[in-house]
Amino acid sequence: MSFTLTVNGVVHTVEADADTPLLWVLRDSLHLTGTKFGCGVGQCGACTVHIDGQPLRSCTLAVADAGDRKITTIEAVSGPEARAILAAWVAGDVPQCGYCQSGQIMSAVALLQEIPRPSDNDIDLAMNGNICRCGTYMRIRAAIKAASQEVRAGRA
Amino acid sequence: MDDIAGKPRRSLITRRGLLVAGGIGGGTALVVGVAAANLTNIISIGAEKPDLSAFGPFVRITPDGWVTVVNKHQEMGQGAHVALAAMVAEELDADWDKVRVEAAPANTAVYKNLSMGMQATGGSTATANAWDQFRRAGAAARAMMVAAAAGTWQVAASEIKVKNGVVSHPGSGRTAPFAQLLDAAAKIAPPQSPQLKSPDQFTLIGTDRVRRKDSLAKSTGQERYTQDVLLPDMLTAMVAHPPQFGARVESFDGAAARLVAGVVDVFEIPSGIAVVASHTYAAKKGRDALKVTWNTDKAEKRSTGELLAWYREIATGKGKLKPETIHKSGKPDKAFSGEVFETSFDLPYLAHAAMEPMNCVAQVDGTRVKLTFASQIQTVDQVNTAIAVGTLPGMVEIETLSAGGSFGRRGSLTSDYTVECVHIAKKIGGNRPVKLVWTREDDMSAGCYRPLSHYQVSVKTDADGYPQAWRHIGVAQALMPVGKNTAAVEGLGKVPYVAMATDVDIQVYSPRFPVPVSFWRSVGATQTIMVTEHVIDQLARRAGRDPADYRREIYRRMGDSRRLAVLDLACQKAGWGKPLEAGWARGLAVGESFGTVVAQVAEVRLVDGRPVVRRVVGAVDCGLAVAPDQIAAQMEGGTAFGLSAALYSQILLRDGQVSNTNFDSYPILRINEMPIVETHILPSTNKPSGMGEPGTPVIAPAVANAILALTGRATRSLPFIDAEVVS
Ligand code: FES
Ligand code: FES
Repeated sequence: MSFTLTVNGVVHTVEADADTPLLWVLRDSLHLTGTKFGCGVGQCGACTVHIDGQPLRSCTLAVADAGDRKITTIEAVSGPEARAILAAWVAGDVPQCGYCQSGQIMSAVALLQEIPRPSDNDIDLAMNGNICRCGTYMRIRAAIKAASQEVRAGRA
Repeated sequence: MDDIAGKPRRSLITRRGLLVAGGIGGGTALVVGVAAANLTNIISIGAEKPDLSAFGPFVRITPDGWVTVVNKHQEMGQGAHVALAAMVAEELDADWDKVRVEAAPANTAVYKNLSMGMQATGGSTATANAWDQFRRAGAAARAMMVAAAAGTWQVAASEIKVKNGVVSHPGSGRTAPFAQLLDAAAKIAPPQSPQLKSPDQFTLIGTDRVRRKDSLAKSTGQERYTQDVLLPDMLTAMVAHPPQFGARVESFDGAAARLVAGVVDVFEIPSGIAVVASHTYAAKKGRDALKVTWNTDKAEKRSTGELLAWYREIATGKGKLKPETIHKSGKPDKAFSGEVFETSFDLPYLAHAAMEPMNCVAQVDGTRVKLTFASQIQTVDQVNTAIAVGTLPGMVEIETLSAGGSFGRRGSLTSDYTVECVHIAKKIGGNRPVKLVWTREDDMSAGCYRPLSHYQVSVKTDADGYPQAWRHIGVAQALMPVGKNTAAVEGLGKVPYVAMATDVDIQVYSPRFPVPVSFWRSVGATQTIMVTEHVIDQLARRAGRDPADYRREIYRRMGDSRRLAVLDLACQKAGWGKPLEAGWARGLAVGESFGTVVAQVAEVRLVDGRPVVRRVVGAVDCGLAVAPDQIAAQMEGGTAFGLSAALYSQILLRDGQVSNTNFDSYPILRINEMPIVETHILPSTNKPSGMGEPGTPVIAPAVANAILALTGRATRSLPFIDAEVVS
């Protein structure tokens, strides 16, 4: 079947079975490989993308259910929160293997867009769907807080 | 198509000339077959010649002013790229902002790990084995630059300075960046033993400027992992594996699978039934549609509980299996009369569960093979691939990519998933790229686990309560096909608590059955440190001593100044002995692995019987600290990894089938459970030792010791949560 998707501001028409997870359409059809496959069952968050601004797991969303909602991936996430998060991630050398980090960043950007000054508890709630097997959680938390300051100070 | 990483891609199978043997750079090639040809040389026959620059196989300097460090070690998150690049940059006096790192091609002769004799990353050896080699590479390139400038400017080499990639002669005011001197430097013969800096001359190594080079690519989705490889005409494969270890295909019906749109081929390979498709989801649907009958005659059908019951029986010595004596001293047969401290441990199978499930891309064209993936032990992957294809190891070209984690999984000595991919690519043939994708479930149920183990420990103490006789019986599958199973009791004989005893008896039983086991981050240290450090806290209690003081006394008696120093530093920073709020307790553990000594103090409380860890204060002696921020990162990550395992991890077999195959049933520590990990590095000018693994094994006994302090209850099995399932 053919589906029309709006990904990173561009309208694409893709051929896929209706039950194909959006993850594989992004990766295999559109070659947007920044979004990662980690578990396939919504447990790890490596595949997190924004759908109309909300962080969702693309491995558990069928392409047929994406509809005409706006899909944003790590390759095109933008705005002050995204800039601040990226800068804080690099400044803090957050990644180790890096494989989870696209998903972590997509969750973190959505958190800051929703809650400009997240508490530790807000961070726990927003980020605990994202596994980091390398255990970079301390740096993720610190980077979110640093990015939050930059955004609020109008520096991002 | 493959321009996503923005890097120029090499042609499919490139042969930039054949490297006959170990010599590089001019005229030293050995003739194959002469007596001098050793194993390394044979493995390298046909191997891809490295991009030889005038500066040797590890350093390239290009007209754009960039210095490229060619790293023989794989980057899997542990920071090997940045540490080794810093060694080169330090001695070269390069501009650190214009240094990049590239993975070396597979070539054992040139890029072997000097502590293993093969091209391999593991055992936390990257920094240690490359310490002299990579600094020399940088120093040699610097000397060539200096000689080139001296010749060009007609000044004395001794008057020339190099800083941030610029060569200068203060007397004449002349300066030139590296790029300007390239042609002249290329004509200089590299010095064989260039002068190295002493640690007090370092301006980069050991500073906080040594930061990762890959953080930007890894924070923007641009880092290229195996999973992301896109090649023209590439096919994607999945494999249906037997439901139990040791089972095999009896028959299969691929008709329905072939009807799935996008499925290209279905065939049997040694490890199962391969479904090859034009894209990942088609391969998965095709595999779901397969009908396979498995022959389980030789399969392992026992459950974990049965295996452990069997292990306990083996440990009594009543079974048929005979033990190996790993260490014996004094007269242990007569040493255990009277009151003896006895305990036992059951430690589970553990999966690595790297974030990127195992995968590989292979192209086979007759006897030539190209692999594009995160190879961790290139030499072994070459040999295993060559056997599968019927070619020479040197004919297997490997482009090594960053790994989305490994923790030892990609270092499997059978190259299991690599060989699986190669078999499929061989059947497809014609140099067509095939990407093998494992799902999380494939990855978790494929074995290569940290071995299941059982330990029985008996300690007889002297009048002051210190070990006088120590008996340690271990039961665990061996990691290596040959040799003594020392990993099951890794380093035990040298642990001061054991070494101080007059009578020592260390024995290991190594049952053999089809569940594959392999190296899991910090390997045998996870078992030895858990067992000994928890035993020692129990002995301290018996002796009525504070666990830190009790350890100190032993370290002093044994002259173990490194353990003493990390213990003191960790205790001081953690406030050992100072009161905590009600319900909280501290637990301490100390461990040496891979030449690095770590002490950690964990603050723990129990909530509904489950340990919650809020803070872990650690001290580490890893010799000279090359990349301090990455040492902290490895302590943070290693602690998370060890804590995750201690709290939750156990691969459970039910009738031989792996019953936890995804993160819902094999939970991984999440951000809300992550303690604050503080790292204090002991100042040292000793040769650096590894950091990829030593952060992992100490946290489990530290938590067990805190629980002991809170409840008086000893831990006899892991994980802490759901431990009853296996016992
Ligand atoms: S891959 Fe989607 S949540 Fe893990
Ligand atoms: S950085 Fe490796 S999984 Fe998060």
